[in-house]
Formats: sequence, C-alpha cells, structure tokens
Amino acid sequence: MDPLMPPPIRRIALDAEPTIAPARELPQRNGHAVPAAVAARPTRAPASLVRDRMTVEGVWLAYGENWVVRDVSLPVRQGEVLALIGASGSGKTTLLRSLNRLTEITAGAARAGRIALDGTDIHELEVNALRRRVSMVFQQPNPFPMSIYDNVAYSLAEQRPDRGRRRRRRSPELSAAVEDALRRAGLWEEVSGDLDRSALRLSGGQQQRLCIARALAAQPEVLLLDEPCSALDPISTATIEELIVGLRESVAVVIVTHNLQQAFRVADHVAFMHLGELVEYGPSEQVFDRPREQRTRDYVSGAFG
Amino acid sequence: MAAAAVSPAPPKAVVRPPRERVSSWPLVDRLFYALCWISGLALCAIALWIVLYMLVKGVSYLKPSLLTSSPVSGSIQQTSNGGFLDPIEGTLLVTAVGTLIAAPLGVAIAVWLTEYARPSWLARAVDSAIEMLAGVPSIVLALFGLIFFSQGFLTFVSQGAASGALGQSFIAAGAVMALIALPLIVAATREGLEALPPRIREASFALGKTKATTSRYVLLPAIKPSIAAGVVLGMGRIIGDTAIITVLLGGSAQLTEPVGHTPVWGLLRGTGSTLTSYVYYNSPAGEGNAHEKAYAAAFVLLLMVLALNFLVTRLTVTGERGPAAASRLRMKLAESFAGRRWS
Amino acid sequence: MRGGVLQSLRSRRRNDGGRRSTPASGAAGDRRAELALGALGVLVLVLIGAMVVTVAIKAWPSFRYNGLGWFGPGAEVDTELRAMRESAPLKGHGLLYFTAWPLLWGTIVTTLAAVALALVVSTFAAIFLTEFAPPRMRRTLDPVIRLLAGVPSVIYGLIGILAIAPWVDQHLLSESRKKSVLYVVQLNGENLTTGTLILTVMILPIMVAITASALSSVPPAWREGSVALGVNRWRTIRRVSLRTVWPAVAAGTVLATARALGEAVMLAMVAGSTPFAANPLDGLTFLFEPVRPLAATIFQESEGLTIGPLSHTIYAMGAVLLLSAAMLSLAGWAVKQMLVRQGIRA
Repeated sequence: MDPLMPPPIRRIALDAEPTIAPARELPQRNGHAVPAAVAARPTRAPASLVRDRMTVEGVWLAYGENWVVRDVSLPVRQGEVLALIGASGSGKTTLLRSLNRLTEITAGAARAGRIALDGTDIHELEVNALRRRVSMVFQQPNPFPMSIYDNVAYSLAEQRPDRGRRRRRRSPELSAAVEDALRRAGLWEEVSGDLDRSALRLSGGQQQRLCIARALAAQPEVLLLDEPCSALDPISTATIEELIVGLRESVAVVIVTHNLQQAFRVADHVAFMHLGELVEYGPSEQVFDRPREQRTRDYVSGAFG
Repeated sequence: MAAAAVSPAPPKAVVRPPRERVSSWPLVDRLFYALCWISGLALCAIALWIVLYMLVKGVSYLKPSLLTSSPVSGSIQQTSNGGFLDPIEGTLLVTAVGTLIAAPLGVAIAVWLTEYARPSWLARAVDSAIEMLAGVPSIVLALFGLIFFSQGFLTFVSQGAASGALGQSFIAAGAVMALIALPLIVAATREGLEALPPRIREASFALGKTKATTSRYVLLPAIKPSIAAGVVLGMGRIIGDTAIITVLLGGSAQLTEPVGHTPVWGLLRGTGSTLTSYVYYNSPAGEGNAHEKAYAAAFVLLLMVLALNFLVTRLTVTGERGPAAASRLRMKLAESFAGRRWS
Repeated sequence: MRGGVLQSLRSRRRNDGGRRSTPASGAAGDRRAELALGALGVLVLVLIGAMVVTVAIKAWPSFRYNGLGWFGPGAEVDTELRAMRESAPLKGHGLLYFTAWPLLWGTIVTTLAAVALALVVSTFAAIFLTEFAPPRMRRTLDPVIRLLAGVPSVIYGLIGILAIAPWVDQHLLSESRKKSVLYVVQLNGENLTTGTLILTVMILPIMVAITASALSSVPPAWREGSVALGVNRWRTIRRVSLRTVWPAVAAGTVLATARALGEAVMLAMVAGSTPFAANPLDGLTFLFEPVRPLAATIFQESEGLTIGPLSHTIYAMGAVLLLSAAMLSLAGWAVKQMLVRQGIRA
C-alpha cells in the first residue's frame, strides 16, 4: 500500500455528492461478463431525486460483551441501492438488523450511537410503526403458512384473517394494495390466477418475491434485504436483482450480500465492513475498481472472505 | 500498513434495549397479554396451593407410628388407632407385580414395533391397540380383569369362590395394572429406539450380527435411560390408581393371610389394600371417617409420586443423547404421563 | 464369484424389504425372536379384543331388556340400583330395568365443561409459558406442570371433598337456594361446579404441555418475519403460531377428553352423592346440583358386581365407556393424520 495514501475514512462526509456515472460498455469483473440485462440498467438517478432517508451516526452494537459493530456511520438514501459487503462476522447483518431494531429481540444486545429515519431517532419511534416503515426480507424465504393473498395482506390486515368465504369478504382497498405490492415484486403475472393458493407451494424464487411483496405492502420507506438470493438459483437471483434495481426509485434499498458480483450488479453505493468496522464507503465503481483501502482491495480481489 | 487499523475505543454511553414495550400495544392486545399472565400465574398458584395444603395437612397428621402399624382389623372406624403399614405394603406389592409384568412386555413389544414390524398391517394393528389401551378408563379395564380372573381355571391366581374364582388378589390387580403401565413403557422405549441413529444398527449388522442380537446387546443397553424413564412413569401411574384396586383387590384394610403354602405366591394370592384405596375409604366418601389418617396416607402417596417424578427428570436429563433430544423426550413423556393417568 | 453375487442378489430380493442383511447362520434365531416378539404384540391385540367381547357379552342382558330406553330418562337411578341390589323390582318393571340418562347427562356436562374451560386456560397458559414468561419462571413452571399431572386422582378427590366442597358450601351456596330445591335434591358442596373445576385442573397439565411444546416448535423464521413486519408479539402468536399449532391443540383436546371421560374416583368423591340429572333450566342452581358421571357410578357400585342384574347394568355402563373411548381413539387418529399432513405441507 502506498504510504502516501490518505488515512482510512472513518467518518463519511454526509453531504458528498453522488457521482453520475455515464452509461458504460458491458462491464467485466475478473474476466467474467455481466449479463446484458443487468449491465444495461438505467443510469443513476439525477442527484435531485436522491434523498437521504436514514442516517447511521457513530453506531456501536454488541451482543453481550462482544462489540460486533464498531463506530459505523453511513447514509441510506432513497433512489439508490446501498450494498453492505464483507466477510462473515464483519457485522454487516447486525448493522442491517439494527436499522429496524430487530437486534432488540436478542437478549443481551447493546447499542450506542444514533440511527435516524427522516431525522427522527428510531429509538424514539414506536417499534412496530418503525418496522412498518423500514421493512425487511430475510435470507431464507419465510412465507407464512397462509394463502398468497393473506401473506401479502398480512401487515395491512389488522382484523382477523379471512376465513371461509375469503373472496367475498375482501375489501377492495386491500385487494388493490395486494395487487400493487405483487406487481412491484414482479410476481403478479405468475400468481394472479389463484391468490388463495398456499404460499408454501410456490418455488423458492417465487417465495422470496412473495416475501418482498409482503414487505412492500405497507409502503415502506426503506427496504432491508439480508442476502436475499443466497438460497436461490441463478435465474431467480437475476429476477430479484432486476427487481431490486427497479425498486430503488420508490424505496431506499439496503442489501447485505457476500456475493461481490451481485453487489457490483445492483449497488450504487457500497460499504465494506471488516470485523465490525466500516473500512470503506463510496460509489460502487470506486470501491470495486479503485479501492482506497488495502483491506478493501484484498477482499474485492478475493484474497480473503 | 502505515495507517494500521486503530480500533476506536468503545463508547461510554451504552444502551441496553428493554424488552418490547407492551404499553404501546392496542388495548385489546394488552388485555390478552394480561390474560396470558393471569393464566400462567394461576397455574402456578394452584399447584403451589395443592402442594402446600397437602404438606401442611400431611405433616400435622403424619406420625411415625402410622407408618409402622397395621390398620385396625375389620373395623370401619379407623379413628382410634392403627396405621397404614398394610396399605403401604399393598402399594409396593401391586406396583412390583405390575411393573414386573409390564416392563419386559413393553420393551419387547416396542422392540418388535420399531425393529421388525412385519407384516405392516399387524404392526399398525398392534400400535393402535396400544394407543387404545392408553385411552380406556382404568375402571373398564378393571371390569374386564374381574371377568377374566373370575374364571374357574384361574383359581391359582386368587382363591376359589362360589362360581369360579374370587378374581380378587394382588396378582389380579397387578396384572391389570400392568395394562395401564404398558403404553407408557412402550412409548418411552420406542422413542428411545427411534432416536438412535441408524449407523449403530448398520455397524452391528455389518459385523454379521442378527437383529435380535443387535437389539439385545447394542440397542437396549443404549437406551437404558429411556426405558427406565418409561418404567418409572408406569410405576407412577400404577401407584396413583384407585379404580383397579377397588375392583380387583377387595376391600379389606389389612393384608389377608397368605393363600396356600407357597411363600411369596401365597401372599400375592391374597387381598389387601393400597394407599389409594386406604385414602378413599378413610375419606368422607368411603366408610371410615378418619380424615386425619386419610391426609397422612395421601401425604405419603404424594411423596412417593414426587420422588418418582424427580427420578424421571434425572433420568431424562442425564441421558447420553444431546440436550435437544433429552428435552424432546421429556416433553413427549410429559404428554404421555399427563395424558395417561386417571383413577 | 459371479454365481455368489447373483445368489446374494436373489436372496436379497426374496426378503420383504426388512432390514435383514445378516448371514444365514443367525437368521433362524432371528426369525424365532421375531415370532416371539410379534406374538407378544398379538397378545395385546387379543386382550383388547377379548375385553371388548367379554364386556359386551356381560352387558348385553341389560341392553336387551331396556332397549334404547337404557339411554333415556325414567325412574331415579338410585332407586333402580337399589331395586337390583335388594332383588325387589320396581312396579311394572323387571330387575334389569335401568334408565341411565342422568348418568349420561352428568358425564356429558362435566366432560364438555371441563374440556372447554381447560382449552381456554391452557392456551393462554401455554402462550405465557412460551412467549411472555421470564426465563427463570419458565424453568420452574416445567416441573410444576409435571407435578400437577402426576398427582393421583384420589388426592384431588380428598382435597376436593375436605377443603373445596365445604368452602363452596359455605360461601357459594345460600340457605335459600338449598331450601328452594329441598324437596327434590339436597344441595351441598359436592356438586357439578366443584367436580368440573377440579376436573379442569386435572386435565390442564396435558393440554398445557402439548400446546406449549407445539408452540415452541413453530419455525422461528415465521415469528421473526412477522415481528420484522411490525406486528406485535401477541398478534404474531394469534395470527401465525396458533394457526400453525391448532392440530396439536386438537390432539391434546382429544387426549384430555379421554382423561376426563374416564375419571371415576375424584368425581365419585366430589361431584355429588346422588346420580341426579342437573337441570339447566334451574338457572344458577344448575351449577350446584349434584351429578354422578358414568365412570364414577361404576366405581361407586363396584361392590355389586356379584349380584346378577346389577352386574349386567354395571357392565353395560362399562360398555358405553368403552365405546366412547374407542371413538375418541378414532378421533385422535384422525387428528394425527391431519398433523402429519400439515407437517408435510409446512
């Protein structure tokens, strides 16, 4: 490493302008071509359409006595996809889960620092209201043992789940919301024929898209994705990646992935974490092609992880 | 690296998040939350009350002399003197007979159901029979036992009577008790056998051993804790049963004279009482009105049951399998235990 | 060598799929062992069959004499039983005359009420145990439940008759109420309510154990998914967990019903001194009328098994109990099938 390089970035300038990258040729990564569909994704939204949604400021997270996340600061912006990358144990999943306070369900969790949603500290919000604004999709698809309709309508339906004469008792607003969510998740064409089918009968990729639809149903402001494609085959993965890129206009997307190619394909900004610390944060081209940190360079070129 | 990672110092202000604040829930949900707490606490309170009540009453009425003296013979009024030595002996005898019959039978059937089970329709039939046996009330089993043991050819099991045999003896009662303990032992043994990984059996077969040899020398020793737990559960069930005793053991408070000249067998052919029937007869529902004695005997009975319970816990916790399997076994046994005990 | 391989292939095909991979030397002994063990299993089968047959044979005279009227109302049960005991038939009827309706009604009311009550309480208690209880409390409640399950019914009966019934008599039963039905029946602490309440306590542990174990095996992914969607813990339980475990709860209910049906000793001590058909039209007094369910009656009359007509009647009652036990077993099997199917689906 060049000793004349500036010191590691610990605090990110929160008002850094996102760069506007020109449309590029079919990109190559380590000699592999990226599929045209993904490479031809639209260019970044102009700066005016990108806005800060959440800010992570100096956050520390611990389970018991172990500090799993150390002094991390990041912005989460609508209009872009933020990828958290790093080896196992780097704290990226923990950081993700802290964004919707899911870390609280583990006994012995401790935190320090501030996480704000639209300026308000999330710990001052009511936790269930927060989780409706910041939704999460998990690694393993986990549709509930209900029909497709009931799954998507789950967070919306405050009354008893429909039993028996389901079709007649559905309110039109609810059905419209369910259809909208399924369309945004790219699942509508495949399931619109029979929404009463058990969600467990869907294929893995479909189940994961159902979980995304379920998360989108409440119109969240931020969507958190925890390695959503790691349990899926390549075709489902590609479908979901397209989906994610399409969603970024309306929702701020944060995705944790240990698949570097995936991060490269979908992310606009990338944060590389190692052993709990935020090592590097920046636009994805910069982090992958011109990383400033040696550790980043090592990870990105496959030296470890 | 020049700018080697200088780890930042851990922060001073650390917040440990509290559990989810129920106060933020809607009213309806808070009501149900309260109901859950009330139910749980009520369950605790009931159990505590029962134990404490029996403790207080038992300790106040239990005297050592009660444990060592026999009931006053023939008399209905037990209030004056006499203890319950005979009923204690009766309990031990019936439990011993019942367990001695049920344990080998139960283990054998369990082995057949798990390891052989051919033809499959027969296995399913036997399985259903055991399930049904667990569901039949013990009073009905007692009625059947009475018919069975009243047959003339079975006089050697009890005594002669006007038509056929008397049908009431420790052996008769013990045999029917074996029937109520059987499902528990079968269930526990099967659970133990099914939890054994197949590689144990494969290893034994690969060495050229037969299934019978494998079962006897490899599998059964490996599941000794399960079998023991099942047997102890069965014993607990036998100890607590009253209906079978009333029908098949007669109403004499004392152990009767041994019938015939064979030493132990003669004793077993006689009749007597057990702690359960003693408690029943001394309560206001029975003839005697010596409820102090009833409390004392009930206390001793409860202590026996507690001891057996404790034994089952120790057996299932110190099993050789992992903690997950042990707790699964305990849960399953708790279900069978809880579900299979009455009268 | 080839012949040897073919030989073993052929002999393997002859086996009917069992786990027989043993050489010929021990096979005969294995076969003997299998037959011996199988015979023991058949023995149990034969015993059950014999039980059904013999009880039915002994019960038949009573059913044949009374026909369907056996299940109906008529003279008082106690009177009928006494007539049999004293060989003094009631006017216009034979010795075998018996109308069991009060007993059947008592059985139905106590069993259904106890099971319904226990279902509600056990569901809440199980949810408490698995979700809301602090870990220390959870650890102590486990042996507590097992303890409750292990208490013999005669002890429940003793506590009932010596502690609970007098309390009910003193505090819940007013003199005026007693006087109001004095000409029909005597009211005291041994009644429907006391019996049902204690019966509920007796069947609670089974249901709590089964429900709690089912709740804790709901996949945590579903619970986490629901919580992450912003649904609070209670709603999560209600909409996801309870929906998933209801077959297990149903199985537990069947088990509990069988238990309640067969309970003889405790109810004989506590539910009432007379086999009376409690009349719900009596209003609140209904709760305090004595009942004597079927099993309790058999237990009470078990000394009369030597007297001809009485023994036929008692065996008839036993046959009814046996039939209900068989039907419950069938119901339990059906629920288990549903559980298995759900397991595969989920």
